[in-house]
Amino acid sequence: MNVMDTRATSAMLYLDGVHVSFDGFHAINNLSLTLATGEMRAIIGPNGAGKTTMMDIITGKTKPDEGEVLFDGVTDLTRLDETRIAELGIGRKFQKPTVFESQTIEDNLLLALNVDHRVKGTLFWRETKPESERIDRVLETIRLKDSRNRLAGSLSHGQKQWLEIGMLLAQDPKLLLVDEPVAGMTDVETHQTAELLKEINKDKTIMVVEHDMTFVRELGVKVTCLHEGSVLAEGTIDQVSSNERVIEVYLGR
Amino acid sequence: MRALPFAVLLILATVLPALAGPFEDAVGKFANDEFSDTEEAVDTLATSANPLAFTIVSALQDGRLMADADSKKIYVTQTDGKIIDALTGAAVASLPDSAAAVRLNNKLRRHVEAALGSLTLQSPDPAKRVQAAQSVFKTHDETMLPAIDSALQKETSKSAKLAFTEARAAILLFKQDATDAEKLEAIATIKARGDQEALALLTGLTGDQPPAIAKAAAGATAAIQSNLALWSNVQNAWYGLSLGSVLLLAAIGLAITFGVMGVINMAHGEMVMIGAYVTFVVQQTIRSNFPGLFDYALIIAVPSAFIVAGAIGILIERSIIRFLYGRPLETLLATWGLSLVLQQAVRTMFGPTNQEVANPSWMSGAFEIGQITITYNRLWILCFTLAVFAILLAMLRYTSLGLEMRAVTQNRRMAASMGIATSRVDALTFGLGSGIAGIAGVALSQIDNVSPNLGQSYIIDSFMVVVFGGVGNLWGTLVGAFTLGIANKFLEPVAGAVLGKIAILVLIILFIQKRPRGLFALKGRAVEA
Amino acid sequence: MMPHVLTRSLDRSATVFLIVVAAAGVLIPLSNLLLPAGSLFQVPTYLVALFGKYVCYAILALAIDLIWGYCGILSLGHGAFFALGGYAMGMYLMRQIGSRGVYGNPVLPDFMVFLNYPKLPWYWNGSDMFWFAALMVILVPGLLAFCFGWLAFRSRVTGVYLSIITQAMTYALLLGFFRNDFGFGGNNGLTDFKDILGFNVQADGTRAALFMLSCLALIVGFLICRAVVTSKLGKVLIAIRDAESRTRFLGYRVESYKLFVFTLSACMAGVAGALYVPQVGIINPGEFAPGNSIEAVIWVAVGGRGTLIGAALGAVVVNYAKTYFTSGPLAPYWLFMLGAMFILVTLLLPRGIVGTFNAWWEPWKAKRLSENAESAAREDGISEPNPAE
Repeated sequence: MNVMDTRATSAMLYLDGVHVSFDGFHAINNLSLTLATGEMRAIIGPNGAGKTTMMDIITGKTKPDEGEVLFDGVTDLTRLDETRIAELGIGRKFQKPTVFESQTIEDNLLLALNVDHRVKGTLFWRETKPESERIDRVLETIRLKDSRNRLAGSLSHGQKQWLEIGMLLAQDPKLLLVDEPVAGMTDVETHQTAELLKEINKDKTIMVVEHDMTFVRELGVKVTCLHEGSVLAEGTIDQVSSNERVIEVYLGR
Repeated sequence: MRALPFAVLLILATVLPALAGPFEDAVGKFANDEFSDTEEAVDTLATSANPLAFTIVSALQDGRLMADADSKKIYVTQTDGKIIDALTGAAVASLPDSAAAVRLNNKLRRHVEAALGSLTLQSPDPAKRVQAAQSVFKTHDETMLPAIDSALQKETSKSAKLAFTEARAAILLFKQDATDAEKLEAIATIKARGDQEALALLTGLTGDQPPAIAKAAAGATAAIQSNLALWSNVQNAWYGLSLGSVLLLAAIGLAITFGVMGVINMAHGEMVMIGAYVTFVVQQTIRSNFPGLFDYALIIAVPSAFIVAGAIGILIERSIIRFLYGRPLETLLATWGLSLVLQQAVRTMFGPTNQEVANPSWMSGAFEIGQITITYNRLWILCFTLAVFAILLAMLRYTSLGLEMRAVTQNRRMAASMGIATSRVDALTFGLGSGIAGIAGVALSQIDNVSPNLGQSYIIDSFMVVVFGGVGNLWGTLVGAFTLGIANKFLEPVAGAVLGKIAILVLIILFIQKRPRGLFALKGRAVEA
Repeated sequence: MMPHVLTRSLDRSATVFLIVVAAAGVLIPLSNLLLPAGSLFQVPTYLVALFGKYVCYAILALAIDLIWGYCGILSLGHGAFFALGGYAMGMYLMRQIGSRGVYGNPVLPDFMVFLNYPKLPWYWNGSDMFWFAALMVILVPGLLAFCFGWLAFRSRVTGVYLSIITQAMTYALLLGFFRNDFGFGGNNGLTDFKDILGFNVQADGTRAALFMLSCLALIVGFLICRAVVTSKLGKVLIAIRDAESRTRFLGYRVESYKLFVFTLSACMAGVAGALYVPQVGIINPGEFAPGNSIEAVIWVAVGGRGTLIGAALGAVVVNYAKTYFTSGPLAPYWLFMLGAMFILVTLLLPRGIVGTFNAWWEPWKAKRLSENAESAAREDGISEPNPAE
């Protein structure tokens, strides 16, 4: 694997021939996928297609049995743990919104800020003006400025989704993995989320997993459909949604 | 003391007519209390067929043979303190003041042992004959050869015959004038015996042997040594299996409550303890009401312990644990508190001391295989444990409760929506785990002290077994229990009992670092959910 | 740096707590020493020793609350760190006996003479110097916690697994310290102390001083804990407690954070043990019993975990109850009560005394302050410009 094609070296994320099995069940099966820098990609596929497992592999939670996962063209992600991968600049929003419920919204964003994350640094940390301004900006973006001192646990499901996206913004990663961002949102909120993601995409690479086809259509980006752990179809939303196999296993007739 | 002269007169009058023959002569020689005379007397007695000979010689060995230098009479102080006349066996009221114990020296002691050996060689009891042959094997006294030969010819019992053959081989090996062929055959016989005694005999052989003999002896020694090493490993393995079965028994209920349900029940040990107390109560009831059924008390105790511990388990689940699902650390604390309450309750009811639980006759005793001794109670517990394990496994696989249990533990919401009464299944699962702990208590009552603290000593070990084996996997628990049991017993001779246990704990702690989910871990996305 | 940490650490209830502890630390010894015996306000010496014991327990409870209440690490082996600190101090006290022991050996403690030790084991070297013993009081528990935590946290042993192996750890130490050839007095432990720094441990003045020191240690320990939990590190700890894996995905090295608080907590427990030993006059392997460690956890649960003040309060309340009941006619029922306490607190009072009080008090307080809450909060964020800027 010394000779890498240009796709690999210029891509933000490059997966090639990835396999994972749990007790004989092949969750990911010869998966290959490339995300160019600055791209936004929508991932669709039926339950059990391996979407979340793929994100687990990229973020270091699950180690692949074989295959290559490269970040930014050079970094082998399979050798690193979650912390290191997050430090490299990969942020993740979970399928089930995971915020720190017993802490305030502001503290949630504070924790996500990409400042010194070592023990000594946090023990003697004091908020600086640029940092508080950044938090203010994020709060404004996710429309939670007025409830910054509320506990995150008291937010509605949709607000939690937004807070988690806000945490991604505070984290300021190069690559965002966003798992089902609009689940449980109203139509208006869904629309706003699509706008927000498009805004973020102006300077970041994004991978979105979503079932909501209206939302995916609204994003208007390249779509990849996964099935049984590998890529079933790839292309524009219209190409993918007219693909016979995709209709059969996922969209339904 | 005024009665004494009369007694002496009386005895003289009764025994005088009997003074004749080699037995009487020999007994008379003890009165001289000269080593040479005593030696002669012992040797004569050894070949005499007189029933008193054994009593006299063994009394001599223990310093209970008294000689009266004045009257030349010999007495035996029996082990119960009664005194008899050595010649006739008639009871005597008391010893004369001038009587003193017949003295022994080391040379004499050997003669005495040999004589006792040869005397028992003719015992009507085959077990005694084997014992006698064994003692000859140890002393390999040449003078015993004729006695052995004649005994061997008459012998019909198989085990006694073997013992005699071995004793004969031992004598021949050390006999100066035995032929080389005889000696080689003797070495072969001793090698076949292959135990510690045989080894001691062979290493006791002097260096000035013909090369063929020396070589054969060296070969036999090496063979026996490796054989013994093998047996000592077998022995350790057996002890390990036995300990493993105890661990498995204690842990198997936990494998259900902790492994399958994910409930940390720190009062699990107390369920075991309650099972042991149920055994005690059942045994007491049967002992006082139906003594004839005593041997079956354990069999009655098994279902009783299952029902009592299981019922208490269901009660605990309904009243405490069901409010704490999903909060494992709180469950841990609440059940620890429960264990304190249960212990104290039993202490109040039965007292803090150990209760006597007897082994039924079919569980007492032991038998030998090769060089190791296997006690019946340990063997029964091993079989019992495996049976419980097999039944439990079958139950989980083939009954509807087992199916529901697996459904609920794998996906509670899905199971509920498919019409399974999940809370009923929870209660029954917990009851099952507790009931099995109760059954474990029945078995443990046979080998451990039944006290309110019984459970405490098993709880940490049980958790270690389940964690080591891998949570949620009964086979893992089985392998974990036996691995830990055997490892423990192989470490014990090297490191000592306590250090061995510490070493095991440290090894498990290190092992959990390496494989945090145990030997047989579940993998996949569901694990951390 | 320091004033900033202090102002952040001290809210109103923390200040009240410190004042109460400081007042007790001064008034109780003074009343014991200055007032005539038998007077109404004179605290008898035995009570000073008993209260001193409670204060040591309160420090242990603080240590447990720091890791359990704020980081979700339930250690069932903290008694081991407490006992190790105690043994380190006990070794110093043993060496101070010198030739006044039963066997009169100037170097070897009595139990070593009795067990035919030819010379002092190497690990007893230096234990005759107070500064060395004081260092060991912190280092030995800290080092054990560091090694144990490094292994456990790095391989992500969490939740009940961690609780059970901490219990196994203290159990292994219990078995070890029971052995005579371990070199710590076996079954009997270390006792018959005479002097500490040249003062008679039995004397009223020494006891009063030890009590004062214990209170001081509680104050310092409390301040350290407050400083930790009110820093950003404290927020990270809570994040780890509530969603460990999420915290990792934000780029925090969770194991380093856990290792830091676990080691800090073990050092605190060691100090508590070291202050405990001269006041009770004995340290034996029983302190390693798993039951002791788990009992300490229930103090924290009763008082209210994650509140620090509650932990200290719980230690004092539960131990006072224990003293009260085990010395009276109700003694046989104490274990029932303790067991019931475990069950009832987890079922009915999961936040403990202080936590429940806060839950009731704070909404009321918040309502009262609601008018200026907004502005105060906004000020909070930007009112303290960083001097380093």
